Amino acid sequence: MGSTSEFNRRDLVKRAAALGIVAVPAMSVLSACAGAGSGGGEKVEKGKKSAKNPLAVNESAGLDVVIFDGGFGDKYAKDAQAEYIKAFPKTEGKIKLSSTQKIQSTLQPRFNGGNPPDLVDNSGAEQMDFGTLVAKDQLTDLTPLLDAPSIDDPDKKVRDTLRPGVVEMGQFGGKETWILYYAYTVYGVWYSKGNLRKLDAEYPETWGDMLALCAKAKKKGIAGWTYPGKYPYYLPFSLYPFIAKIGGTEVLRKIDNLEPNAWKDPAVKAAFDAYYELYKKGYVLKGSPGLDHLQSQKAWAEGKALFIPNGSWVENESAKQIEKNPDFGLAVGAPSSLSASDKMPYGTIWASGGEPFIVPRKASNAEGGMELLRIMLGNKSSQNFIKQVSSLTSFNGGTGGITLPPGLASAQAALQKAGSNIVNPRLQDWYVALQKERIGVGALGEMMAGRLTPDEAINKIQKYADDTRDDSSVKKYKR
Amino acid sequence: MQHGKYRFIAGFLVLPLAIYAIFVISPFVQAIYYSFTDWTGLSPDMKMVGFGNYARLFQDDIFWAAVGNSVTLLLLLPVVTLSLGLFFAFMLNVGGRRRKKAVIGGVRGSGAYKILYFFPQVLSIPIVALLFQFAYNPESGALNAFFQAIGLDTVQPDWLGDPQLALWCVMAAMVWANVGFYVVLFSAGMSSIPKDFYEAALLDGANRLNTFFRITLPLLWDTVQTGWIYMGILALDVSAFAFVQIMSVGPGGPDYSTEVLPLYVYQKTFRDGQAGYATSIGVSLLIVTLIFSAIVMRLGRRERLEF
Repeated sequence: MGSTSEFNRRDLVKRAAALGIVAVPAMSVLSACAGAGSGGGEKVEKGKKSAKNPLAVNESAGLDVVIFDGGFGDKYAKDAQAEYIKAFPKTEGKIKLSSTQKIQSTLQPRFNGGNPPDLVDNSGAEQMDFGTLVAKDQLTDLTPLLDAPSIDDPDKKVRDTLRPGVVEMGQFGGKETWILYYAYTVYGVWYSKGNLRKLDAEYPETWGDMLALCAKAKKKGIAGWTYPGKYPYYLPFSLYPFIAKIGGTEVLRKIDNLEPNAWKDPAVKAAFDAYYELYKKGYVLKGSPGLDHLQSQKAWAEGKALFIPNGSWVENESAKQIEKNPDFGLAVGAPSSLSASDKMPYGTIWASGGEPFIVPRKASNAEGGMELLRIMLGNKSSQNFIKQVSSLTSFNGGTGGITLPPGLASAQAALQKAGSNIVNPRLQDWYVALQKERIGVGALGEMMAGRLTPDEAINKIQKYADDTRDDSSVKKYKR
Repeated sequence: MQHGKYRFIAGFLVLPLAIYAIFVISPFVQAIYYSFTDWTGLSPDMKMVGFGNYARLFQDDIFWAAVGNSVTLLLLLPVVTLSLGLFFAFMLNVGGRRRKKAVIGGVRGSGAYKILYFFPQVLSIPIVALLFQFAYNPESGALNAFFQAIGLDTVQPDWLGDPQLALWCVMAAMVWANVGFYVVLFSAGMSSIPKDFYEAALLDGANRLNTFFRITLPLLWDTVQTGWIYMGILALDVSAFAFVQIMSVGPGGPDYSTEVLPLYVYQKTFRDGQAGYATSIGVSLLIVTLIFSAIVMRLGRRERLEF
């Protein structure tokens, strides 16, 4: 080479490479930090308040809506949008409705920059943390919407047309209602009446019957249960109401409040033991710990397993597989009775709002966002939602005059049977990381895969709950 | 002669340095600043917390699990991928039987193998991850079906569902996706090694192993070093993130057995609304990277053979 230059080319290259190494991974990390921008959207002027327009929506302003494109798709929102345009024809072409599964990565920069959309369906795996949103004053109080007359009956407030508990779910300790849950989800043990009939069985109302039925199925090479092992936080959908049934709602309330030793309650242990027995006796579909929600639902819909813990969206999500079997008879069951000394009667079930809608504080057309919600909470849009995605809405009604699909009909019946025995654990909307990752993946998934005993799982969860309570960066709630 | 040299060079570098400063250095500084705040990522409102985030890191078991897994990937992934790449490239170019005209050559059909090896490179990471996820599916996946077909009915691992196996499963997919690139890279490097070196060695009675360690590897050292750095970045960066995010239970599980630093940064920012804490994890990722680069630079410092 024989260069006399003081600049050693090799050194230069090496240094450049070193910088490159540093730069590349860090860049990807930093790209998430768009920084705290300022400015953003301007508020549109309010419109004229009238009987037809109680929220004083600006009749010609645009509207920006982001819908979570999950189990329910986004067609129901598009239909409601059409209604909105019908009510305010001047907004035609100015409404932007987009749907995504990546709620947070799409919207976080917009919240940060102060130009969020006017209405967001904050749902799915990438749900934005409600605690943080509320604590950082990023949401609009929906009280005006709740106090506005409903779209069908001017003498009735929207608040009074909702199912019980929905408004409370959207509150965080104060008077303000930050979230409006649009769907009404019934959680529980989902099964096929047809597949049970093949085994000459009915839904087992006691745990003893459950075990007997699983044993019978096992002889025929069918598993009793399956669950999405990749997302083990589906297990609570039937496990938490089971705990409440055994020990009373008080147990769940203590758990939600992160009280010391809440998980050490004997009811928790009894419920965990029962589920663990399913694994021990080989009643859980082999390989479940490695399946995601679609794979496990597919295996279940194909009849490889009888039961799956799930929510009412499963009817829409598994529609393709269920349709293949006209005999399927989708139904939901409440947790079976463990013993005669259970504190709550058979039928106790978990039902609560789903698909949380929010209107950001800095939305430019907050009234428009609320108005769209008001339309969606009307009879017509509700019926449309029920027909399209076979799930109930928070609007108490909408089921009259339409034939409900089997799963939904069964959910409706389950609600009636439950009466006032509806439980609503809040862990999953208050402490997302604790519920999904730590309890779900870290303990329940491990227990159902046979790698933790119920006692070990309880100790682990108790520690996780204690850690969350002591973590000052997580906002706490009480009920 | 040397007069004004620095000014002259600086003149040329002003623009690139400015761009570098704006787009690379300043985000660094910003990120380090954010790591001292309690920024949620959901609102521009934040306050300084000093070293609070860093103090929290030391108590955070998940963070340490992520560090452990990231370092495991960092140590093993380059070794495995590059060794395989070198081995395949050697077989394709030098390792074959002696034929009439050529003194050295690849194994039979090496052209076809080259294409085959390179093929995964044209697939995007999510597709590769999904393909492997299907293969690992314990219920209907190819792997367990294969075990059944050859009569090993009792061996039906949960693959991604098993904390003992999950990280290895993810790593295998990453190796598969990347090895082809190195086969091609090393093949190119090998083809520039003069044939007479091999001729001389073969005349002296060297066997294949000898020619590999005495000729091929030393002359290829620079390329290997580059590959090492590149692979190290992949192990710490986007690639690891994407594979773990798509394939693993949870993701990051089961039981944090596949949690890696970039994924943890993502979860803290985009799930838990703790962007300030996430940036402090990002800064620690930066430190891991710096240590890695320093080690690689030191180990790699050896005289290049010239010809």
